[in-house]
Amino acid sequence: MSVDLDQFKGIFFEESFENLDAMETGLLALSEGETDLETVNTIFRGAHSIKGGGAAFGFDVVSSFTHVMEELLDKMRNGEMEADFASVNILLESVDVLRELLKAFQDGLEPDDQRALALKLKLEEIRDGASGVSEIATDSQIEVEAGDTRDEEIIGWTIHFLPYENLLQTGNDPSLMLRELAGLGEMTLQVHTQRIPPLAEMEPEKCYLSWDIELKAPVERDAITEIFEWVEDDCDLDIQPVVQPVERRKMERRDEERRTGEGAGLERRKEDRRAVGKDAAPAPSATIRVSTERIDEIIDMVGELVITQSMLSQLGEDLDLAKLEKLREGLEQLERNSRELQEGVMSIRMQPISFAFNRFPRMVHDVSQKLSKQIRLETSGEDTEMDKTVMEKINDPLVHLVRNSIDHGLETPDERLEAGKEEEGIVRLNAYHQGSFVIIEVSDDGSGLDRERIFTKAIERGLVKESDELSDDQVFRLLLEAGFSTAEQVSDLSGRGVGLDVVRKNIEGLGGSIDIRSELGVGTTFAIRLPLTLAVLDGQLFKVGNDTFILPLSSIVESLQMDQKCISGVASDIELYRLRDEYIPIIDLSKTFSINENPKNMENALLVVVELGERHVGLLIDELLGQQQVVIKSLETNYQRVTGISGATILGDGTVSLILDVAGLIEMSHLDQNNGGKQQKMANNNLVLQEQ
Amino acid sequence: MSKVLIVDDMASMRKMVSFTLESVGHEVTQASDGDEALGIANNNTFDLVVTDVNMPNMDGLTLVKKLRGLANFKFTPILLLTTEAGTEKKMAGKAAGATGWLVKPFNPDKLLATTKRVLG
Amino acid sequence: MEAVKERETGIADVNENQYLTFMLSGEEYGVDILTVQELRGWEDATPIPNSPSFVSGIINLRGVVVPIINLRDRFGLENRAFDATTVVIIVKLAGNDRERVLGIVVDAVSEVYSISGSDLKPPPDMDGAISIEFVKHLATIDNKMIILLDINRLINEGIFSKKETADLDVHEISVEE
Repeated sequence: MSVDLDQFKGIFFEESFENLDAMETGLLALSEGETDLETVNTIFRGAHSIKGGGAAFGFDVVSSFTHVMEELLDKMRNGEMEADFASVNILLESVDVLRELLKAFQDGLEPDDQRALALKLKLEEIRDGASGVSEIATDSQIEVEAGDTRDEEIIGWTIHFLPYENLLQTGNDPSLMLRELAGLGEMTLQVHTQRIPPLAEMEPEKCYLSWDIELKAPVERDAITEIFEWVEDDCDLDIQPVVQPVERRKMERRDEERRTGEGAGLERRKEDRRAVGKDAAPAPSATIRVSTERIDEIIDMVGELVITQSMLSQLGEDLDLAKLEKLREGLEQLERNSRELQEGVMSIRMQPISFAFNRFPRMVHDVSQKLSKQIRLETSGEDTEMDKTVMEKINDPLVHLVRNSIDHGLETPDERLEAGKEEEGIVRLNAYHQGSFVIIEVSDDGSGLDRERIFTKAIERGLVKESDELSDDQVFRLLLEAGFSTAEQVSDLSGRGVGLDVVRKNIEGLGGSIDIRSELGVGTTFAIRLPLTLAVLDGQLFKVGNDTFILPLSSIVESLQMDQKCISGVASDIELYRLRDEYIPIIDLSKTFSINENPKNMENALLVVVELGERHVGLLIDELLGQQQVVIKSLETNYQRVTGISGATILGDGTVSLILDVAGLIEMSHLDQNNGGKQQKMANNNLVLQEQ
Repeated sequence: MSKVLIVDDMASMRKMVSFTLESVGHEVTQASDGDEALGIANNNTFDLVVTDVNMPNMDGLTLVKKLRGLANFKFTPILLLTTEAGTEKKMAGKAAGATGWLVKPFNPDKLLATTKRVLG
Repeated sequence: MEAVKERETGIADVNENQYLTFMLSGEEYGVDILTVQELRGWEDATPIPNSPSFVSGIINLRGVVVPIINLRDRFGLENRAFDATTVVIIVKLAGNDRERVLGIVVDAVSEVYSISGSDLKPPPDMDGAISIEFVKHLATIDNKMIILLDINRLINEGIFSKKETADLDVHEISVEE
């Protein structure tokens, strides 16, 4: 029978990439002087597992490559060899190569094994160098078949099998072995019972029988030794062939058979290899691993849901007013069930942020070598869970921020010594939950941001005016503006702004925000705030004209009825609302969304104040409705991205409602600083009210 | 039909072995390391245990030793899944009380043939 | 032999394609029936702010958010009020990199025709309501002319701008006259 194992390839790849990550982490620890045996063990196990799986799927390059890695690691494990800098670096490179090989197989491509072969040689050199003698292919499976040139034909075997008394204790069972032997051909048995002691002395856990077996089967010796393979040290075993002379012609035919047999084997293997390429071709589907505990919980919840459902349908069969209370209870129960179920299902998507953090040790290792900076990476809050999709999208911004900290935040060792700091700089990654948000911080203990230089540069770039009075925060935020930094990178400061606007855009695109804290000479922290999930949100429903829209509840600061006295126009199309000590720009949604082009009478109109990072804007709306949790559906699936809209949802009555994207709205309303020109004076809309 | 416990830290290997054994009607329980397997073994009986050697928390050899200490597993066939073809490793397995070994690369037909030897 | 049999049972032979035809301002148009997912009556759609006028909005199709395209508007024909008899054809299309489901609003659904390849004629230079680029073929059945639309092209190029990720500018997709 044949069993199709291709369905397990996906999980093998996924697992192997995880193993590679773990190996990398371990190797980096080694490179920092750690000598813990368990670390080496972990790396060894990673290589070992990949080798086993690789061989099972016929990825020979992978298994032979990992085999050498494994031998090398085994030597390290046994203390025969030291994990020195050079060998760790080679092993790190090997991890990269393996990753490439596996990716190629995953994509259904024939991998380029040149690099692997070259690196394998290097690994072998290190391995052999360690023992002083070059090992003679211990792993070689090729054994010269003895008796291949015999002139006699085997027609059967006689076997003497005398198990030692303890044979049963390893779980082996002579009767099953004999049955397997019988499967090879006609068998005659002679049982010897003379070892059986008197009943009183007999121990049931011991084996007292022995056998002489005649087997009429023209099989190879291996077929028989294989059956006794596990017990050869627990028994007396004598296997002798029963032969008869062969005629010349017959022998030739046998040879021929053997040859064609081999040929067929080769042919098949070739086919297998081709199949590898073909079958792996479909794009790997993203999978999530879920603990069975979580699944069990969900199954329990579904069970409760079913109970509630049957209770409700029973009620519905003959409903009278007397049962109204019961119906209400049932509906409450249904609400609780579905909420729990939703939370349970959502929790499947949650993964610890360590998945995102894990790539950084390697990156910091590599970059610090390149830049000749000494850097220690500290992480905390790795267990903080967040939605897998959010995490995937936050990877690039995080890499950017960490690189930014290393490149521009941290000083060179000399500069640090001069500043009275330790030579080794620290980059810290931290994550924690705050309400329905995840906060991820990227900090360094470097030189900090120079407020004056940023301000001067922003004036040069035309982002602010010299007369603008800005708080430190507002100045730092200028780093996140497009156009703050250009290709001109004369100072480390200018470099600091490169691409940070992209980081900000990405994070805002996820419904998050980014803040900067910094102290000159002490360090800088970028704090990213992200929603826990992109799948649902707590929404505030409201109306503009006849259309219902939704705002994420988390973005709403407050809503108020406007007082005419607090409204003041600045530019032709921009009006501000004074709220306590702040001027907040007003976005008229009916105008922005072209629902009604007539300017609205603002007196007594409703204003919803929302925040984006540290900026506030007011949205002019017609009517506030209720709040509810909504499931986010992408508009892009069947339509396309719409500025100012982050998605859609389906309301209880089956109609579709749009979810607003505050960052996009600001962009549309030309309140964004990037739009330059006449709106420039609006750049800092959080302008602290000055004394008049 | 027999009850089989399969222990491997690689889910892919575990699944392949399970899938293969289930395809001929065995009932398979999976554990991802020796610790977990021992926990399961404490409350269950099996007709066969197939375990990997290199695993975190508790390796295969330790698991075999501990299982042999349990009354329920005194004679239960225990097979080691190993990539090592070396005699040394095999002997270590025997010494720990293993019934036999299956040398990787994993091959479904081979697995079924060999399990027959201990399950009948 | 087989082909004959198929013809007898009304199943299209290899050279025939089936088209669903619909009416729009008195003219009959056809789309490849394989792209048609289902037919629905008109229901109110949620408008999308700042979208082109031919995008009526989005509806909830069993939990999927589906945009509705007003084909009269797209072809520059006189708009008329939708009512319960107005038909929405839900089509499923292979887009540039994914499958897309959309609804197109038409006056009424007409027939399903099997039209063999030899009966198809290339579109002439016409002054009709729609741009020639979205017309794949013309066919004549019972002395009626049917305009067979290249629905993929119409949607991917005529409805969605080629640079799909860019913000859709209303003026960018102006109706061809």
